[in-house]
Amino acid sequence: MEKVIEARGLTKYYDELLAVNAISFEVGQGEVFGFLGPNGAGKTTTIRMLTGLSRPSGGTATVLGFDVNAEMVEAKKHIGVVPEMSNLYDELSALDNLVFVGQLYGVPRDRRRTRAEELLRAFGLYERRNSPFATLSRGMKRALTVAAALVHRPQVLFLDEPTVGLDVVAARSLRGLIASLQHEGMSIFLTTHYLEEADHLCDRIAILVKGSIVTIDTPGNLKAVAEKEPVMQVSFRPEGGRPELANGLSQQLPGLRVVAMDRESVRIYGGSPASVLETVLPWAKERGLVLEAVNSVKPSLEDAFIKIAGLSPSVMAAEKGRRK
Amino acid sequence: MWADNVRGIYYIVLKDMRTYYLKPPAISWGIVFPLAWILAFYLRNPQDFAQLVPGLIAMTVLFSTTAAEAVVINFELRLGSLERLLLAPLSLSAVLLGKVLGGALFGLLMASVVSVGAILALGLFQVNLLYLLVVLILSLLVFSSLGALLCVLVKEVFEAQTLLNLPRFLMIFLSGVVYPISAMPPVLRLVAYLLPLTYTVDGLRQASSGASPAMVAIDAVALGGFFIAFIFPATRLLARRFT
Repeated sequence: MEKVIEARGLTKYYDELLAVNAISFEVGQGEVFGFLGPNGAGKTTTIRMLTGLSRPSGGTATVLGFDVNAEMVEAKKHIGVVPEMSNLYDELSALDNLVFVGQLYGVPRDRRRTRAEELLRAFGLYERRNSPFATLSRGMKRALTVAAALVHRPQVLFLDEPTVGLDVVAARSLRGLIASLQHEGMSIFLTTHYLEEADHLCDRIAILVKGSIVTIDTPGNLKAVAEKEPVMQVSFRPEGGRPELANGLSQQLPGLRVVAMDRESVRIYGGSPASVLETVLPWAKERGLVLEAVNSVKPSLEDAFIKIAGLSPSVMAAEKGRRK
Repeated sequence: MWADNVRGIYYIVLKDMRTYYLKPPAISWGIVFPLAWILAFYLRNPQDFAQLVPGLIAMTVLFSTTAAEAVVINFELRLGSLERLLLAPLSLSAVLLGKVLGGALFGLLMASVVSVGAILALGLFQVNLLYLLVVLILSLLVFSSLGALLCVLVKEVFEAQTLLNLPRFLMIFLSGVVYPISAMPPVLRLVAYLLPLTYTVDGLRQASSGASPAMVAIDAVALGGFFIAFIFPATRLLARRFT
């Protein structure tokens, strides 16, 4: 597979802070490559280095064969970028924003308007083409920002947390659009901390923790790692899934990981079901909790992420909180 | 690359004129402010008013360009829309130059209103249009790039405006706008020659009084030097924000 992005030892310091630590990866032609990690892991910093908004402190990277340090202006002609923040111009209409982007990228005058209208139709925004950007809903703004990245028909698309802040319907619609771009053969570099999003959209995923890549693999292979250990979900009434109770239970099960899932349930990673229940049942009884359900769970990408990234339950809980 | 940058600069200027400058608040500020100054000076001393016209045009250039420039760049940095421009296949210098030229074009429109008004109202028909244009255009670039430089030195819009007041008022009182430099004490005269507005006021006076090309050339060279002294550090400081 032809490589469209190649990073070797890419490093970024902000003063003394090491934001990205010598990461290496490749993205192939037509591939959707996910960068998955908690907030502050270095995902956006990586995308900024690959799109010319930040200079690497060390290492090398090429996009479509162009060096990000020396030839970025040339590379920019062939890439589209959807930043985390929808940053089009409030005062310009949806149509004028796309036409302006076409002007900046040198789309020929006779094709600018046609291309802009084509994208507005594709993204369901044609009826609002004359509305100022400021008056669009958050989902529409996000969709228009994606459309703006496609005006000049880029070969590689960078998407930084594309669905953050969107409601369920808008996020699903945007994921559908990304999937359709993938089917058209576009190479996509996607950063997200939504595990389901990465699972559904990506051909391969790099898990990034504290600036370092922990692993790179397909979603299926990542989940297979988690499948090697049993996972049980246990629900108690009332509110047996509170984090303090989960932490208490964790102390009763040395060597296993206990993660609070919601107010009623915990997940227990590892250990045989019989031995786990031998400990859990008296523990629940002592605390006046009623065992409501015990299920064996097929590991999700989230389970794989917890196992591979070695993140504590509290970090994951924080991420889940941000998702809501 | 060169053609890409020129095209980008052109469209950035057009976009900025449309989204920021050709709006009622900007136009009314750009016209009302110099008109208020003109009226104030005219009422104070109608006989010598013609002597003050170059200074008033110079002040219009100073205020219209710096006020706009100091707002626009920080505003777009804050909203993230400046990054939109930096993601396009343009150099960072081209993006900054587009911003500076947008402010300069707005200043040119405002200065033209005052200049045409002064020529028609006071009958200053002997003005050398070529000299006037050279001094005006260089001055617009100088003050627009000064606005850009002070803007990228700070992070907030209001900080840039506050910071701008110091050079602005220093220049109003020491650059020969209202008080002749020749009548100043030697120390203040030295300070006056370190201020760009001094060369704008002098150049505009030369243009309206039939002076020799050499005198205008000195003002033009000084203004060109100030432009370089402002635009290069502004570019470096902006680049530092993205490294």
